[in-house]
Amino acid sequence: MDWRTGGYGALLLPAPLAVAGRLVALAVQPAFWQAAGMSLGRIFAGFALGAVLGTAAAVATAALAPADWVLTPAVKVVRAVPVASFIVLVLLWSPTTGLVPAIVSALMVLPVLWGNVGKGIAQTDGKLLELTRAYRFGRGKTLRLIYVPSVLPYFASGCATALGLAWKAGVAAEVLCLPRLAIGTRLYRAKITMETPDLFAWTVTVVVLSFVLERAMGALFRRMGGEKA
Amino acid sequence: MIAVQDITVRFGEKTVLERFSLQIPHAGLTALSGPSGCGKTTLLRVLAGLQVPQSGKVHVPPRPAILFQEDRLLPWRTVEQHIADVLPRQRRGEVKRWLELVELEGEARSEPGCLSGGMGRRLALARTLAWGGDLLLLDEPFTGVDAPRAARILARIRALGVPVLLSSHEQAVVELCDRVIPLDGPPLAVKAR
Repeated sequence: MDWRTGGYGALLLPAPLAVAGRLVALAVQPAFWQAAGMSLGRIFAGFALGAVLGTAAAVATAALAPADWVLTPAVKVVRAVPVASFIVLVLLWSPTTGLVPAIVSALMVLPVLWGNVGKGIAQTDGKLLELTRAYRFGRGKTLRLIYVPSVLPYFASGCATALGLAWKAGVAAEVLCLPRLAIGTRLYRAKITMETPDLFAWTVTVVVLSFVLERAMGALFRRMGGEKA
Repeated sequence: MIAVQDITVRFGEKTVLERFSLQIPHAGLTALSGPSGCGKTTLLRVLAGLQVPQSGKVHVPPRPAILFQEDRLLPWRTVEQHIADVLPRQRRGEVKRWLELVELEGEARSEPGCLSGGMGRRLALARTLAWGGDLLLLDEPFTGVDAPRAARILARIRALGVPVLLSSHEQAVVELCDRVIPLDGPPLAVKAR
């Protein structure tokens, strides 16, 4: 008997083989893929919404002084509010529990993309912008030829950072609001039924999905960065 | 006639041009000469409408094209895309012509990072020419370009029939122009060749 864990070693820290065995056992069940797919869908939808809103807020604050006065303090408040407060508040206001992880993920992503895209816009080369004025490029052409390629590396870096945050916050939200099909719900159930190998197996699933999503996004941005019209 | 009357340009405490006047015919090649800091670039920027003088009047054609002192190339666009970007859709077929004019036709698919300094300069020049202004304002157009090639390209620019005002430190380039305007101090002299 291990005196340090009072004989509950496997319960507190299961052997890797036990976790792998549970992962395989879970992976053959359709419910596993449904839960993983729904979590992936929710959190990615929240990530996409946050990315769009964060980028739009950054463009608005760069382009319009009144938008800057309103949005800058608002986004700073969003950035400072703890994720647990957001989860509880959104759970209180949201009509369905399934929406909560998506909204919480979006709120985590928004300030990161706002900061990064705003920095990218601010650091766009002024000499290239003067060139577009000299050659009388329209707004669309200036956006396509100068702003988008200049801001893309900042956007990509923001997405890489925000994706991890979205996953962590999204799964945490699922643990608290327990949607019917969700990784977070399965994590919570594994915890209350003391099925520690399941807890680890679901954690491994979250890590693998996060890694896959991050690699897919990296490949997409590399392709966009190398694209020649 | 291209003219500036009594223009003054200051950057903070520093006065670059003070009550400066100039008239040049709307034809041929005109060179601005003078040491660094005498106001050549500032004058070209005023004529291009990119620098507003604190006082004075400027008379230029409505569509002046400027070649900046720096290449200002876009690292994410190829050589041919740089030219196509300034051409209207119906003139996209002219890309090859402008690359041939500056002897860059073999580099159409290259990226700016792969070009030498002189090649980058010629690409920036081709982009300015392709844009098709009614006055060409060229700031040091042949930096890094060998003299025989610069002479060939300048002859082709002359054949376009568009008035050119250029600044250059290279004596060989200045000597190929129709007139030279020294900016190295009053009184302003115009030397007709």
